Amino acid sequence: MRRLVPSLAILAAAMFATCGRKPATAPGPAPTAYGTAIVLSAGDKQFASVGNVLDQPVVVQVNDPQGNGVTGAPVWFSGPHGVKFDPAYALTDSSGQASATVVLGGIAGRYQIAASTRESNGQPKDLKIDEIALDYEQTLGRQLNDHYCSRCHNPESTPERVSNFDNLTTKPHPFTEGDTLNKMTGEELLAIISHGGAALSKSAEMPPFGYTLTKSDLQALIAYIRAVSDPPYRPSGLVYAKHQ
Amino acid sequence: MLREKLGSLRRMFLGDSSRVFGTVSVIFLVSLAIAPAKNHFSEWRHYQKQYRKLVRDRAEGATLEKHLQPGIQQIWIPEQGVVDRCTTCHVGLREASLADVSQQPFRKHPNIPHPLTEFGCVICHRGQGTATTVEEAHSSTKSWEQPLLPARYIESGCGQCHLAPLTGTPQLNLGRRLIASSGCSRCHNLQRPDGTKLLPTDDPPPLPHLADKTTREWIYAWIKNPQAYSATASMPNFGLSDDQVRDVSAFLTAQSTPSPAAQKPAPAANAAPDPAAGASLYGQSFCASCHAVQNAAGILVGGDLGPELTRIGTKARPQWIGAWLRNPLDYDPGTRMPHYRFGDAQLATLSGFLQAKTDSDFLANVHLAEATPEQVAHGKQLVVEYGCASCHEINGVKKPENFAPDLSRIGSKPLVQIAFAEGVPHTLPDYLAAKVQKPRAFGASLKMPRFKFTPQQIDAVTTALLGFTERAQTQPAALRIASHVESNYQPAGKAGQLMNDLRCFSCHSINGRGGDMAPDLTWEGSSVQRAWLRDFLKNPNTLRPALIRRMPKFNLSDADINTLTDYIMTVYQTPAFDRDSIASSEFTPAMVEQGKELFYGKYACQSCHIIDQKTDKGYIGPALWSVGSWLTPAWIFHYLKDPQAMRPGTLEPNQQISDNDARLLTAYLASLKSGGKQVAKK
Repeated sequence: MRRLVPSLAILAAAMFATCGRKPATAPGPAPTAYGTAIVLSAGDKQFASVGNVLDQPVVVQVNDPQGNGVTGAPVWFSGPHGVKFDPAYALTDSSGQASATVVLGGIAGRYQIAASTRESNGQPKDLKIDEIALDYEQTLGRQLNDHYCSRCHNPESTPERVSNFDNLTTKPHPFTEGDTLNKMTGEELLAIISHGGAALSKSAEMPPFGYTLTKSDLQALIAYIRAVSDPPYRPSGLVYAKHQ
Repeated sequence: MLREKLGSLRRMFLGDSSRVFGTVSVIFLVSLAIAPAKNHFSEWRHYQKQYRKLVRDRAEGATLEKHLQPGIQQIWIPEQGVVDRCTTCHVGLREASLADVSQQPFRKHPNIPHPLTEFGCVICHRGQGTATTVEEAHSSTKSWEQPLLPARYIESGCGQCHLAPLTGTPQLNLGRRLIASSGCSRCHNLQRPDGTKLLPTDDPPPLPHLADKTTREWIYAWIKNPQAYSATASMPNFGLSDDQVRDVSAFLTAQSTPSPAAQKPAPAANAAPDPAAGASLYGQSFCASCHAVQNAAGILVGGDLGPELTRIGTKARPQWIGAWLRNPLDYDPGTRMPHYRFGDAQLATLSGFLQAKTDSDFLANVHLAEATPEQVAHGKQLVVEYGCASCHEINGVKKPENFAPDLSRIGSKPLVQIAFAEGVPHTLPDYLAAKVQKPRAFGASLKMPRFKFTPQQIDAVTTALLGFTERAQTQPAALRIASHVESNYQPAGKAGQLMNDLRCFSCHSINGRGGDMAPDLTWEGSSVQRAWLRDFLKNPNTLRPALIRRMPKFNLSDADINTLTDYIMTVYQTPAFDRDSIASSEFTPAMVEQGKELFYGKYACQSCHIIDQKTDKGYIGPALWSVGSWLTPAWIFHYLKDPQAMRPGTLEPNQQISDNDARLLTAYLASLKSGGKQVAKK
């Protein structure tokens, strides 16, 4: 148990924090119904700079055994130290959903937040949701990604920003694709971003950015790629931390 | 009993002179030991001990321990007044190998461009730098009222020196943009440390001819709640009562005089407008580049430079729409809207189309009796009181000076000067955020209107305001990174007049003045060929398949087109190279062929550009199928060599293409004259 990675440490902290307090009484309107399951509707795996509001609210749904939304069921939102919810407690609406805007804590990393409800017999039901807080360097990387990279590397199109992903012969890796990108070392990522695909016998469709971006820009981009990868990036080699 | 005990104690310690001496010595020794003991049990020693324990078990523990300097540490930067002792407890800030440690105060500081030793901590984080206890350093105390800044506002620290936008501070940039686009500085003075003012970028319309444009009923409903008419309206809500709005609308109608546009004969109205023709003219004229309209699903489609037009028929009078479309400058000489050269038939079609965009519900409940002179007078009083003339030109009301508090140092405002509203935590950021969100919560008699901001936007505005600190205003000028100030460039002569009339600067930037919606034209004359420019001005077609904002067709006369073309080709040239320095005649068919191979092979340009419309798909960059008739070979060559130098901020990266490859690619591109067909060179 001497090997520890940052994400694990934070996840563990998150678990302690969320398991520790379970509100005994509702701080708002009393529930009028109870469901048996709580599922995610929207808002997981978002990124925001440390201490910032997530772009989209987190939306969860409380269901009955048939999988239909339950109206008036209680939902508590909770998270590790520093995470704020508005509201922290709500009753589900007519479609069985409850939502909260989320402000992340002041320390960069992955945050596991929880949405909980209760069955009619008082049995708690929890849903874990992961969000990511970016530090300065990762935020800079995110900005550079939005300008230079995401047009090809993000397959999703919006009316304002049409993705070029489908037009490429060799499909670029979305930066969340941890299964592939986590295996590449920082040096390998730096090499392909700086020198382009052709120089490394990969697709020439990836142009070199080493003459356009500065060294610190490139490092920021890599920091961003590492921050958003799914599954989380774990640096190779031994990292020692005190046995806890 | 007690007296006996006390008496024996007195005898024991103070019985004779030697006992007195002994007792005093012991007390003296103990009191001497208090200071070292306090020091020994101090918080920072505890943390340094804890840190030693933490690093002892790590592989690089020996190195880390060597780095640790025991005792109170201090970063002293006299020229900035920084005395920060934070590193006494935060001992691992600079240790890259502590990246996995999440326990405070031992976390590594995230990478930022500024070394700790040059800037210290409190410039960005606030708090009390000289303190050596957790409580005093982080919180507000009786002698120190600036606690640590919450992480959500941390970018405000950057804003103290970086007066221009920074890539790494999106929140600060957004906040400044919002302050400018919400017109905050029309009432508040916001002077930046370099002496420039943060200027508003909104476009509040002048109101001297308001009655030409709209009805009193619409004015009433609009002032009551601007966002009910258009969710994206930038006009804030003043929270006026029904009677107050009645009187303001009475005054604004009464002060209006007929505009010069109204004195010209009204354009012929089209009795039965053809909606299909109107929609197609609206599309062709690219009105949607600036104006948004709600689609059937209720989603706004279009740009935000001009007002939303979903309910324009309910707002504007039919004659006014016609006159405005004929020449908006007649009504508002400062408008950003270009003077389109519409013919009478086009005017009738387009104004008919816009008039039909009505919403009968919007004014359904507004019934106003004829205004009395008392109401008009009271309305004028309210207009003066609420500072309407800070933003709008109004007949008979002077623009007020220093209408609202100066915010140039708001980021250092002492808390004792602040009257907090109920429920607002007593910190400066919380005060600012609450004030931006609900200004009237601080007192019903306050005049500040309510802006419609999302939680993100409130954080951004608060961040930007927190950057206006005392420190920023007083620090050495050498530390400032200058703000971007728009130049007052004005093109000369007839072409200059034409460019003003067409409002080119609303979208294009030239020599440091203008908008950023469309390409910078400072070097346009080196970039494009004369014949292409003439054709483009006659009939602008889009160059980028993925863009929805496009250049409108102004219906210019041939004479006007020649004037503009001559001016652009002659004046807007780069000093970097001569546009005629590379002639297409230099290129041989073999070079063209080699260039094509490079285009599709080595450089894979088709990832972003389309030449052959059947096989190429990339649509990030402009389509290049007729680039040989569009750009000059010299521009193509120099652009390939260093795209950023020719168009700062372009997505195309510098690929360090060799001169030879760049020449071959230029040969190929220059040969593409139209529709992807290569024109053989003899």
